[in-house]
Formats: sequence, structure tokens, C-alpha cells
Amino acid sequence: MISALSLHAVTKRFGGLVAVNRLEFDVVENQVMGLIGPNGSGKSTVLNLISGAFPLSAGTIRMHGNIISNLQSQDVARRGVGRTFQLVRLLSSMTVLENVKAGTVFGYKRRWGAEADTYAEAMLERVGLGGRGDMSVGQLTYIDTKRLELARVLAGDPKIILLDEWLAGLNPTELGQGINLIRSLRDDGKTIILVEHVMDAIRSLCDECVVMAAGMKIAQGKPEQVLSNSEVIRAYLGDDDA
Amino acid sequence: MRMTEAEWRDLVICLLCLGVAACFPWMVGAYWLSIGVSIAMFTVLSTSWAIFSGPTHFISLATAAFFGVGAYVVGIGIDYLPYYVLLPIAAVLGGLLAFLVGLATLRLSGVYFVIFTLGLAEFLRQMITWVQNISGTKGMYVLTSITEEHIYWQLLALAAGVWFSGWMIGRMRLGFALRIIGDDETVAKHVGINTSRAKVLLFMLPGSVAALAGAIIAPRYVYIEPSIAFTPMLSFQVVIMALLGGTGRLWGPLVGVIPFTLLWEVISISAPNQTTLLLGVSFLVIVYFLPKGFVGLVASIKRHSSIRGAQ
Repeated sequence: MISALSLHAVTKRFGGLVAVNRLEFDVVENQVMGLIGPNGSGKSTVLNLISGAFPLSAGTIRMHGNIISNLQSQDVARRGVGRTFQLVRLLSSMTVLENVKAGTVFGYKRRWGAEADTYAEAMLERVGLGGRGDMSVGQLTYIDTKRLELARVLAGDPKIILLDEWLAGLNPTELGQGINLIRSLRDDGKTIILVEHVMDAIRSLCDECVVMAAGMKIAQGKPEQVLSNSEVIRAYLGDDDA
Repeated sequence: MRMTEAEWRDLVICLLCLGVAACFPWMVGAYWLSIGVSIAMFTVLSTSWAIFSGPTHFISLATAAFFGVGAYVVGIGIDYLPYYVLLPIAAVLGGLLAFLVGLATLRLSGVYFVIFTLGLAEFLRQMITWVQNISGTKGMYVLTSITEEHIYWQLLALAAGVWFSGWMIGRMRLGFALRIIGDDETVAKHVGINTSRAKVLLFMLPGSVAALAGAIIAPRYVYIEPSIAFTPMLSFQVVIMALLGGTGRLWGPLVGVIPFTLLWEVISISAPNQTTLLLGVSFLVIVYFLPKGFVGLVASIKRHSSIRGAQ
């Protein structure tokens, strides 16, 4: 098995606060890795470190054996790492189609002109926004903004996709669609890391989970195993319930 | 490069307008020609300013710095080199200065950039004044046989060049990258855009153009000194005119430049001390009533009429 992504002794300090503390884990290629843990445990920070949004305080991150932790986010993106944001970030002055094109023009696999338009439209189709390319971003519902952000990520044809609570705030029907969509991405050969609180999604999607608490890894394994781990339950619910 | 029918039509209209504008010196007297030169100069400066500041939202007050550098290239060089060699030198120096300023400041947030660019013009002005005090020279004379008509035509050609560059950039990846940066720089980085490089590259355009404009205008001044070449008022005028017209379209600044220059002229004649007031009032009008300039006004009128048409 090849490690698509491997974190070694990854540490991030914000002043005196250690947000991520000597974190180690490997993500197997073409698998879905869940990154879970209570609020404030450092999950989103880990995604920000992988995507190059923050520099590391110590440690290394490798992608297919090559160090990417010294790169800026645009270079990480060009190596084939795409991400969504916890609070959806769209380009508000542009149409839906242009938002998706933004992902394909400069990314890992680059397209321009008519080819970019065609590809962007195909990605809109893929996430269920087919034919709505001319709409403005303000006309979209909440789930559609999430879909659009994912379409932008897919437009760059990334090998690794980082999803930051992409399934949060969806109703049960939408959640089902979202889970199917992510699963179809894995079937296409993508490697996916998702930070998530929705336990149903974690159980049905993740091949493996890493559980974080206070910046450290406290468990790793199959979803059923880690979710029944007493230390994990203590981290989520406190001492009395463990 | 393939162009649509509408683009060909626009191109023909633009060329016709430029042709008519080129005949302007034969149609009017000396007074109106001098106003024509001002309008052409501010069109060049505001349009190139808007090509960078429009999409990126970085407000540059460095126009006077680049303009002054261009004027001084001609002022110093005119005794040694032919005038037409000095123009490209001014353009290159302006671009180089913009490159250095961009490297130093464009990684910072917008506020620092504004202050730095304002300070740059002032810094250059003080430096040159200081050098002059030490060397004992005062201003410089630029004595050439270049007439007002020549200056007008050069500026018109430069304006055509600026419009063409703006149109090309809009069709390039760089133009798209800048719109993304203007909307959300974090997203821009995460889709793979080297945001610092894109901004620095584009900032060289107004730098180079303003220096060239300064070099073209220098013979008109005849006598150049720091307080004329590096006047901070110029930077503010350019910003106000560009915002008044609107930065969303390439023709936007022109629509701001024409009324503002005429108004400025009227006030300079009737109440010379009140030009600063005009600047202030214009700024308030833009902030409160025309946040997207005349371009935005036209767009919203169009939208309203199309809604009414649909009902």
C-alpha cells in the first residue's frame, strides 16, 4: 500500500497554545480518512497545515514521499491537493460557472478557454448543479453553495481532497446525496480526508479514522473500533460516561 | 485568437472614436487643446490605475511617484539623449520601481499598501529636493520643439495602448486570476494562483504607464521641479476620477475623467482655492451615491428597465 499523504511529528503553535502536537498518521491512497474529535481539538488546523494555509511549527508532511510542508498553498494546490473550507468560500462577483472555472485554470491539471468551460460544466453536473452555470452565487441555497465549492475543488482534478465539515448542516436527504457523492469520488481514485462531526457519515464513508483531542492523536483505526474506544468516548463525553 | 462578432463591432467603434479624437487638435483652439491634453493624460493615468486597482482593490497612491520619475528622466536626460529614447527609459524605470514597490508591499494588506504608496511619492520628492539643495541646482528646464499637438497625440496613442493592454489582460489567465484575488485571496491561493506574483506583475502596468505619461508631459511644463513633478494631488485626482467613472469596465475611468477635468477647469478659473473642496465633495458623492461609479449607475439603470420590461 502506498501512502498518499504522511504526517510526521506535525506540530503547530499559535503563540503559547499548541494547537497540533506531534501528530503522526498516514493516509492510504484511494481511501477515505476521517479526522474526528471534539471542538477545538485541532482538526481544521491539520487541514490548514496540509493545504499550506499555515506554516508548520515543526514536523513534515509528505505527499507520495515528497515533502510538501515547506510549500505555500498555491504550490500545494498545484501538486494536486484540493480543499473546501469550513465556512464556504465562494467568489461572489462571479457566476456559478466562473467559480468552478477558477478551480481548473490554475490548478493541478490546467485547462483554459473552451476546454475549461466544458470541464467546469461537467463538474457542475457531477455535483448536481448542471445547467445552473449562469446563476449568480447569491441565488444559491446553502447546500448548493457547498456543492459549488466542491465542484471548484474537483475542477482542479486533485489527487487528494480535503473536506472541512462539508456535510455539516445538511438535512437527511441532502446528507444521503452528499455521502454518495463523496463515495463516488473515492471510486474515481481520489484520496479523501474529511473533518466531520456527522457520525453516520463517518461510519458509512471512512475506511479509517484518526481521533484527535487537544491537538494530539488519541486513537486510530476502523470507525467502529475507534468510536467504541473508551478514551475516545471520554474525550467526547467526559469522564463519567466512559 | 478568435473574436466574436460583437468584439469586432466594439473594436471598429473604438477605432472610429480614436480617429475622431485624433482630429481634435484641428477642430479647436489652443485653450481647448490644453484641456484635451489634460483629459488624455488623466485618461491614461486613471485607466491604467483601474486595471490594477479595480480587480485587486489595492488603492495605489503612487501615481505621482511614477509620473515624477518619468518627468525627471526627461528633465535630466534631455541634454544628453534624443527625446524619443527617453520615453522607453522612463517606461522601464517606472515598471522597475513598481516591481520593487510591489515586492515590498503587495504581500501586506491593503492599508499598508495605501500608506506606503503615498509615502513613496513624498519620499522621492524630498530626496530630489535634498539632492538639489546639496548640489545647488534648482529646477530643470526642458526645452524642446515638441508642441501641444504632439503631446496630445502621444497621450492618445498611449491611451489606445492602455486600453488594448487592459483588454488583452482581461482575456488572459492573469486577468481571471486578478478577479479571483479581488474576490477572495485565500481561495485564489488554494486554487493554485501565485497571488504575489500576479499582483506584482500587474502593478508594473500602471507604474510604467504613469512614468511614460510623466515623460510625455515634461516638455509641456518647460520647467520641472519636485513640487510639480511629484505633487500628491495628482495621485488623488487619478483615484477620484477612476472611482467616479467606475473600475468595472475599461471605458469607466474615461467617463469619470471628462466631467471631472472640465469641472476642475471651471473651478480653477473661478475659485482657484476651492479645488481641494471639489476633490472632497467628489469623494463623498462616490462613497454615498456612486460606489461603483457611473459604470455601476448605468448597469443598475439597465437592470431596472429590463425588470420593468419583463413585468
